[in-house]
Amino acid sequence: MTAPSPGPGSGPAATATQDWWGTEEASVRYGDKLALDRVTFRALPGQVSAVVGGDGAGRTTLLRCLAGAHAVSSGRVRLPVPLRIGYLSAGSGTYPDLSVDENLAFRASAYQMPAAAARGRSREFVERAGLAGARARLAGQLSGGMRQKLGVIAAMLHQPDLLVLDEPTTGVDPVSRADLWWLIARAAADGAAVVLATSYLDEAERAVEVLALDAGRVLGTGTPQEIIAAMPGTLRVSDARPGGEARRRAWRRGGRWRIWDPPATPPSRPTAHITDLRHQNRDETDVIMAQIREEIPWPPDEPRQVAPVGPAGGVVVPDLQDAVTVAILARELAVGQLPGQPEGGSR
Amino acid sequence: MTEALAQCMGVSRRFGDLTAVDGVDLRLGRGEVVGLLGANGAGKTTLIRMLLGLLATSSGQVLLFGEPPSRRTRQRIGYVPQTLGLYDDLTPAENLAFSAAVFGAQPGEGGRQVMASALPESLRPYRRTVVGSLPLGVQRSAAFAQALAHQPDLLILDEPTSGVDPLARARLWETVAIAATTGTGVLVTTHYMDEAGECDRLMVMADGRVVAEGTAGQIIGDARVSVVETGSWAAAFAALEAAGLPATLVGRTLRVPGADTAAVRRALGPVEASVTVAPATLEERFFELTLTSSRTRESG
Repeated sequence: MTAPSPGPGSGPAATATQDWWGTEEASVRYGDKLALDRVTFRALPGQVSAVVGGDGAGRTTLLRCLAGAHAVSSGRVRLPVPLRIGYLSAGSGTYPDLSVDENLAFRASAYQMPAAAARGRSREFVERAGLAGARARLAGQLSGGMRQKLGVIAAMLHQPDLLVLDEPTTGVDPVSRADLWWLIARAAADGAAVVLATSYLDEAERAVEVLALDAGRVLGTGTPQEIIAAMPGTLRVSDARPGGEARRRAWRRGGRWRIWDPPATPPSRPTAHITDLRHQNRDETDVIMAQIREEIPWPPDEPRQVAPVGPAGGVVVPDLQDAVTVAILARELAVGQLPGQPEGGSR
Repeated sequence: MTEALAQCMGVSRRFGDLTAVDGVDLRLGRGEVVGLLGANGAGKTTLIRMLLGLLATSSGQVLLFGEPPSRRTRQRIGYVPQTLGLYDDLTPAENLAFSAAVFGAQPGEGGRQVMASALPESLRPYRRTVVGSLPLGVQRSAAFAQALAHQPDLLILDEPTSGVDPLARARLWETVAIAATTGTGVLVTTHYMDEAGECDRLMVMADGRVVAEGTAGQIIGDARVSVVETGSWAAAFAALEAAGLPATLVGRTLRVPGADTAAVRRALGPVEASVTVAPATLEERFFELTLTSSRTRESG
């Protein structure tokens, strides 16, 4: 389904509120492997959304679907017409044998942009992003950060309604990253719904909306604060690495140790999701994972359980990085604890 | 004073007209983890290449374990480059065995022992998979294992955790911390400001020089930013940009370097907004230091 899109030049006010782009219950299957599993995600115009997750989480697959480069196996996508989408794929997005200027001129013609607008926007973005001295240089000879900046400029040049950026800032130094974020903010200010995948969680916290994926499934979605608030269990901090069973629930951060204490009791409400899984006779790992996922949209009125404060450290308020780490850890533990799941993880 | 594992004294390196590293002093002791922060072109990689003995200094002196860099000092260094330095078509164990042989372990039984003991638990499930087919986080673990296999006294890591999920990153830092507790000195570059907390000390480089040194708190000092909260951030963003005040977008709020709220209000003009002052983050302070350095250089 494709919604009508406003033409270039319409400001954020024209597109805001009514429209969204994204997926509904979208699944993507590569042979036996389910790369995306019923993912619902909405990107709003004039707003930056971040997609986070580890290796194999499904970020790139989702972004390819949003770019219209890949069809979903089931579910729906809602996208602007192709000419109104901008896409930067991971690790490329520029033509190495063309200069900076040639890359942008080529993009502008592919997007059927009026020549004057193309020149004006190219010049403005190239100068603002610190590429003015490199206009004649071949893209293949640019540093990683410069090449990414060129890639983002090329993707947003035609003022798309939906701008999809796959890891635009990975491996990019902080100064170039600041330039990239200026471009990203500018695209959103121009009215685009911006979706970016990132492995920097502090960066994801700058987005209005975050989608956390793991193994193709949605771990959490909402504002960074909502995802943090939905983290199951509690987090303690300790100067020393804990011993015994807690060791597996601990990780290093900021020179100290974070220890995750899962909720004392698993969520009591049986859900359609879990029932469905059992119905399909999936293995127990899936059921436990479903439970962990079910814990994430924790009802806000349900008070967060207070963990016992150990002698070596106290409860800490998690940030987005903690919340995503806990999600990944919870899956590892669920997988690792099979069989013979101790109480608390299985029912 | 304990023996310095690595020491730079007024080290400079010029390439033609370009001074890539400019009068850098550095001292790294046993068990110390020092983080090197800098934009691309700040001189980090050139400095590392001089420490590895791959590049001569133009002036100043580099000492490793009290002597000039040589093949012998190289044997006491573990190095993980950005590109990891692994052979894609060998398994992690084969990579380890090959590297152990390069570092002087005997082939055959001895070599096999090295690789068996050095292959961490987390890599065992992947021991029959070639590196090129492994997820990035596992590849990075393999590169760490290889760099640590010969029990180096000095570990040099160039962006060791780029592109890896937060749990895998925490595990890599765990490896670094364990090496440091056994006395290994660690010099590490990173673009994740969050990881600065894993270092005992930070050095910020800009234009070849060290422009700040200390803990994150010491480097941030009393740096401040102005925080703009408004119902129409896009208009505020454009107004600030037009006034030459670069703003960064965080959610729907904007942050402008410096505490000059009056200037920010003037720039906002008719845009309704609340403007408050907040402490800068390390990334914001870093950005300020880098900009100041390049301006000083241009005017000087």
